[in-house]
Amino acid sequence: MDAASSTHVLSVLVDNEFGVLARVVGLFSARGYNIESLTVAEVDRTQGWSRITIVTTGTPMTVEQIRSQIDRIVPVHKVVDLTLEGPYVARDLLLVKVHGRGEKRVEALRIADIFRARVVDSTNRSFIFELTGSAGKLDAFIDLMRPLGLAEVARTGAVALARGDTPS
Amino acid sequence: MRLTGAEIIVRALADLGVEVVFGYPGGAVLPIYDAIFRQNRVRHILVRHEQAAVHMAEGYARSTGRIGVVLVTSGPGATNTVTGLTDALMDSVPVLCLTGQVPTHLIGNDAFQEADTVGITRSCTKHNYLIKDIRQLVPVLTEAYTVAAKGRPGPVVVDLPKDVQNAELTYVAPACNAVERYRPKEKPAAPQVRAALDLLLRAKRPIIYAGGGVVNSGPAACRSLTRLVRETGFPVTTTLMGLGAVPASEPNFLGMLGMHGTYEANMAMHDCDVMLNVGARFDDRVTGRLDAFSPASKKIHVDIDPSSINKNVAVDVPVQGDAGRTINALRRGWKAERPDSGANGIDGWWRTIRGWQARDCLKYENCSERIKPQYALERLNAALAGRDAYVTTEVGQHQMWAAQFLHFERPLRWMTSGGLGTMGYGFPAAVGTQVADPERLVVCVAGEASFMMNLQELSTVQQYRLPVKIFIVNNEYLGMVRQWQEFFHGSRYAESYSDALPDFVELAQSFGIKGLRAERPETVDDLIAEMINHDGPVLADIRVEKSENVFPMIPAGAAHNEMRLSADDEDGAEHTDEGLLLV
Repeated sequence: MDAASSTHVLSVLVDNEFGVLARVVGLFSARGYNIESLTVAEVDRTQGWSRITIVTTGTPMTVEQIRSQIDRIVPVHKVVDLTLEGPYVARDLLLVKVHGRGEKRVEALRIADIFRARVVDSTNRSFIFELTGSAGKLDAFIDLMRPLGLAEVARTGAVALARGDTPS
Repeated sequence: MRLTGAEIIVRALADLGVEVVFGYPGGAVLPIYDAIFRQNRVRHILVRHEQAAVHMAEGYARSTGRIGVVLVTSGPGATNTVTGLTDALMDSVPVLCLTGQVPTHLIGNDAFQEADTVGITRSCTKHNYLIKDIRQLVPVLTEAYTVAAKGRPGPVVVDLPKDVQNAELTYVAPACNAVERYRPKEKPAAPQVRAALDLLLRAKRPIIYAGGGVVNSGPAACRSLTRLVRETGFPVTTTLMGLGAVPASEPNFLGMLGMHGTYEANMAMHDCDVMLNVGARFDDRVTGRLDAFSPASKKIHVDIDPSSINKNVAVDVPVQGDAGRTINALRRGWKAERPDSGANGIDGWWRTIRGWQARDCLKYENCSERIKPQYALERLNAALAGRDAYVTTEVGQHQMWAAQFLHFERPLRWMTSGGLGTMGYGFPAAVGTQVADPERLVVCVAGEASFMMNLQELSTVQQYRLPVKIFIVNNEYLGMVRQWQEFFHGSRYAESYSDALPDFVELAQSFGIKGLRAERPETVDDLIAEMINHDGPVLADIRVEKSENVFPMIPAGAAHNEMRLSADDEDGAEHTDEGLLLV
């Protein structure tokens, strides 16, 4: 079973109402599915819709089960498996706090520049870098910061949309 | 006209078509009870435990095709409904459960009789709601009612804080066509129907495997299924939940399939080349060992719930849609291709099936001294023939014997806890079934241990003069537990003996109910006749052989073609260590 497992990005449009996130997340725990990341925020105030983006892994049969289980939740309007539907863009947001002085501090700034990370907070002993990108790019940045005084990491899960004029 | 929230709730229920509510009062629903007191459109049945209220609503729903409604208070009232709600979810029974809640400003403060009802019931309902604003009352009740009944039916909870019940608003009647958020797809897609039809037309060894979804689709869907069976000449088997979808007397009916189903049904499932599953869900009690399940067949799965398709068994032709509509579409297609029904070229398959049927898998050794449970059920079946009886069961051996030996000619006559296997279901379900129509003959086939789980409802039966017949197959054991202990645990009968049982006849009498007992086989017929003919409730205690086991049986972890027909059947599978791990 594991051999055929792959990662899928599900995009779920829901009514932004009480308990809807608990319902979606509860489904994963109740049925033993994996959640690798989860993001949620209101995306349409007039309609009162939120978009939940879930990254999950499983066999094609399991992921299809997850999709149809989510789809039958009453406040869910739409579930799209972006991985199956075609090309899509997925981005995480990362904040990294790095402590350091002297050479290491300069090196951290230099690498941040290569990654096009922004400095959003600075003291004479620390930086906070902000970086968006694919999960892999963010992982690479974190790895490079580790020997340079990496102190704390905060990151979102993926948010994603289908490329082109295909709706998500 | 301005009404209180409580008045709006009761009026909306009546306008939605609710005639009866099963409930139990308490602090957080007092305004609703006051509103019920001051009207006469909605009748209230006072239960003795909230779990029983949900099972009554289930019995009512499953014997009428309507929605069962429950009303309970906050906290313990709500938590007591959880088993019933889970049962209704597993067996797709439409139930609307209204729970009282502490006032909105106290929610989260650990107030007296507060529980997080929507949190607790989230995973045991199809959907649930907490109403914080009186303006939401009618729209939410309307949507809840629709969600419970439409698509794959299920339980819905609406949590009602006391301040919402006491607020005031102008009443606007519910409009069910205004529910836009929940519109399940009922019409099957034409290409899927075509693909299914192509398989059926080419089938040499077909089988129709029908489940509770056909019963839920309605009596018309069941009649259509029977016609499909006749038009195609195909054999048909049903699940435990599907009993009655096809008349038991239908010549092509092979009986129930599954762990304690018939030999012929299971062998036909194993050896078929095309399987048409309508409204069943490939439950583990049906499939046996999954990797050996019907290995040579192309599988068609018709289900209104797409998440049931490809869940346990990968199928070749998935068809999302209502069972009745899909069966009708298949019948139209079949008639167009095979106007001369009958010439379907599956005579060889039927010869094989007749061979399996000749094994007479339900035969048992009768006894002249002690009552065999199978004999008791056989005699009950004979007595119920032609009476259009409604039967509920508890859970365990008696349930399987009832499924094997009672014959149902119509749908909505058989109420049993299939998915969850809830001991304590059958008696209150029988009460709910009887409430729906006091003239019906309603029999609860029970085990003594299951009956002990909700026997407080004898008081309800007596209060409302409900002529329910309780037929206890009393073997003084948790029989199915005892059977598995015998097979899997070296006959060490840990805690499965029903010790310190009451005298059921005297118990009945203490509630003012008629009690009967049979201890010898020759008295069974007289007892059954007396039970049926008595104008009122009866509690009958049938003292049966204690060590009888349910056969045939697919041992846990075995395949359909490894069925054991009796204790000394050496062709069937042995019980394995892997099987021991399964439930």
